This record gives sequence, structure tokens and C-alpha cells, in this order.
Amino acid sequence: MKKKAEFSAEHRLFLRREKQKTLLVQALRAGVLLLILGIWELIAALQIVDPFIISSPSRIAKMIGQLAADGSLFYHVGTTLWETMLGFAIAVALGTSVALALWWSETARRVLEPYIVVLNSLPKIALGPVIIVWFGTGAEAIVFMTVLVGIIVATMNMLNGFLATDKNKILLLESMGASKWQILRKLVIPSALPDFIGMLKICVGMAWIGSIMGEYIVSRAGLGYLIVYGGQVFKLDLVMAATFILCVLAAGMYALVALAEKLIVKGNRRG
Amino acid sequence: MNEINAGPVLEFDNVDLTYHTREGETLAAKGLRFSVEKGEFIAVIGPSGCGKTTVLSMAAGLLKPTAGQVRVYGKPPERGAEYFGYMLQKDELFPWRTVEANIFLPLEIKKKNTPEMRARALALAEKYGLGDFLKHCPDQLSGGMRQRAALIRTLAAGPEILLLDEPFSALDYQTRLSVCDDVYSIIRSEKKTAILVTHDISEAISVADRVIVLSKRPAHVTASHKLGFGNLEPLRRRESPQFSGWFELLWKELNL
Repeated sequence: MKKKAEFSAEHRLFLRREKQKTLLVQALRAGVLLLILGIWELIAALQIVDPFIISSPSRIAKMIGQLAADGSLFYHVGTTLWETMLGFAIAVALGTSVALALWWSETARRVLEPYIVVLNSLPKIALGPVIIVWFGTGAEAIVFMTVLVGIIVATMNMLNGFLATDKNKILLLESMGASKWQILRKLVIPSALPDFIGMLKICVGMAWIGSIMGEYIVSRAGLGYLIVYGGQVFKLDLVMAATFILCVLAAGMYALVALAEKLIVKGNRRG
Repeated sequence: MNEINAGPVLEFDNVDLTYHTREGETLAAKGLRFSVEKGEFIAVIGPSGCGKTTVLSMAAGLLKPTAGQVRVYGKPPERGAEYFGYMLQKDELFPWRTVEANIFLPLEIKKKNTPEMRARALALAEKYGLGDFLKHCPDQLSGGMRQRAALIRTLAAGPEILLLDEPFSALDYQTRLSVCDDVYSIIRSEKKTAILVTHDISEAISVADRVIVLSKRPAHVTASHKLGFGNLEPLRRRESPQFSGWFELLWKELNL
């Protein structure tokens, strides 16, 4: 790479233009959000639609302020957050392990394939009553639901990644006399790294679906609970506030995974 | 290995091979018989689909013959034995490893990752012009340099017999000629025994001491020619008057 000072005048101009384009995109992005919020606020303020039905940005902000003031905000956010994270971690760890086992044994793979397909297409919410009976109405039930929603997707994604390992690279290692364990460690796992990251991204979404769904069915705390409760007592401000917080948290967790991606990819380039 | 053993390094003795799949069975080789002397550079050519790669797989001990015997230094080959280096069509460098780490790969697999072996491998890399690229990722190398890195990786564990499975066919024509020259001179100066399978007649003539012609499936040897170019380099051979004579002969034999 050349240093900046060595670039030609045209190239510096090109770089400046590219930077301007990026800035423009970012400004427009923020603009879209502000526009939507503005219109929403206006419709509510002018009573074009009753704010009781559609709430409004300012009412949402006030509601969040209230929740924060009495401390219940952190309680509910904390509950949902740890349920989601725990479910996510278990689903990823178990899913990856199962995928490894299935990669290792072709027989196991062929035996279990139809079961996995059926479990994947089953709407997990159908298991709601079973989960309540088995786990009660506490956090365990919600974590279990989260794991359930994520694990099959994690397994299938990782298995596909492991099985997609370049056959010729396997042949190369076999010609060196590599054991199956060596092939797994030196080739299959590192080459499935992009699949692993892709799977993390999908599983973040799945974990939120699982935990909120779980809270809809059984809980007494958490953002899902706030949304259901708000709906039942017709407090749309509460529903919208909880939904908004959920958006922020989901985006934050996705950003974390993206950061992890950068670190993992960097760490994987070995010297 | 068994330096005392004066016999051929590699021997195919009346080898048959049958492939089994759910769809049926295929007789890939029937009565295959040839041998390779120490230090020889052999090219095996044959019509496409005749099982040239199968020959290398059997030599490397990756496939067991159905009947007959393959012998390396007088004994059936073991998968991953010390004396083999296998080179494939594509370089198959691992993109997540640096060139250096790629070259060390066979040492890790064969549990020979000692400082001496690493130093030996690095010396080879230096000697053949990879010194400046050791810390690079394979993506940053040209096709020719990548194939050279693949050759150094093949040589890293100190094999005596090189099995080359069309190692140039994934390269463009220009690069191919120069990499072919490269690989030839490295193999010669390291005094290795080499078996190259290829469908490219001119490539076979330009590198080999001896060309073995295989028939259509089931493969057996239809001809074996000592070329008599001595240590002439591939590009020089392509210019020599005998070149087109050999080409015509082999071309006819392939199309019998």
C-alpha cells in the first residue's frame, strides 16, 4: 500500500469523492428515520389518527423515561437479554457440536436426517404447552424455547458448511497420511469459519424470535411480557416502547456478532 | 529408504482395479504393468477418463488394487508414507494460512514439525524464490507462484517420489510453460523420482525421460517410450527437431 502523500492528485480527488458519497448515504439514512418519526409525531399531534391507537414518538420517549425512572426498564431488558443470550449460546454450542458429530459419522447423518428435517419444519410454538408442563412458567421455559428455535438452524448450517469442504484439499491431506481428526482440525473447521459466522448472524435473529415467543406464552417479566401486557390493557405506548427497545437491542447484538466476525477472521490468518 | 534395494522404486505388477458404486461396478484398470527406476521422470498419458488419476491413487496407497500388486521399494505402499509427495491439479493452498504455514502443513500432518525440518523447508523456499512471499497470503500470489509454493509444500517433508496429477492444467498457457520449466528444474536439481499424469502430450514430452501410454478403460499400458532428451529443459525440448516426431507418434497411439 502506498502512503497517502504518494498518491496522485486524481487519486486524492477520487478518494475525496468516495468519502463524500459515503457521507451522503449516511445523512440520507438518518434523514429517512427523522422523516418517518416526524410524520408520525405530526399525525398524532394533529389528531389525524387517535394517538391512543398509534402512539407517537414523544409518547414512546416519555414511556421509556417513566420505565427507566421506576427501574422496571432495566429489570425487563435484563431479563429478556440474558434469556436471549443464554439461549443463543446454548443453541450455537449444541448445534455446532451436533453438526460435528454428524460430519464425523455418515451413518448417524443418514439415520438422523429425516428427524432433523421434520424438526426444522415444525413450528416450535406448537410445543408451547409441552414446554409449560415440563419447565413451568419461569425463565427456564423461555431459554428452552430459544434453544429450540435456534438449534436446528445452527446444526443444519454448520453441517452444510462442514460437508462443503473442498474434496481435493481432503485428498491432499489424505495423501500426506492425515487422520480424520487432523483433517477436521486443519481443514474442515477453518474452512467452515465463514459458515460459522453466517450461522451466528442467523441465530441472533432466531434467538430473539425464541425468547420473545417464549415470553408471549409464559412469562411474568421481559420485553415480550411488556408487549403482551401492553396489548391486553390497550397501552399502545408501552407496546411501542418495548418494541423500540427490542429493535435497539437486536441491532446491538448483531453489531456484536459483526465485531466478533472481524476478530475471528483476523485471528484465523495465521503467521 | 532402502537404498540397498537395487530394484525399481515403484512397480505395478499386473494390477486390476474395480470401482464399486451403487449404480454398478467399473473396471478401471486391467493387467496394468510398468515400473519406475530411481531418479526417473515418468509421464503417464492416456485418453480422458482412462483412470490416470487412479494410477497415482494406487501408487500413493489411497486405493488398494483389486488384483495384482503395487510395490514401492518392494512393499505395498502405505497411505501417507514418508517417501511420497502428492501434487494436485490446483495448488490447494489453504487461504487462511500464510505461504509459510502452508509449506509447513505436511510437517504438521506427519508429526515432523521440528525446527530442523522447518529450517529445511524454509531453505527450499528461499532457494526457489519464495523467500519474499513467506508471510504473504496465497491470494496475494500469482498463479505461477502459487503452484511453486505448492511444489515446495510437496517437497517440505523430504519425499523421494513425487506424484504429479496434471499440476499445470489449471494455469493459463504462458504461465504453464514457465511453471513447467520451473517445476522440472526443481525436481531435477532435488534429484527426485517423479510420475506425472497428464492428458497433454506436449507436456509429457517436454518433461519426461520416459512416456507411458495407457489405453481407454480398462486401462493397460499400450506403449512405453524412452525419449532420450537427457537433461534438456522443457522449453528447449519444445524447440528441438525430435519434438514433433514424438508428438505425432504419441498422438497416434492415444487415438488407436
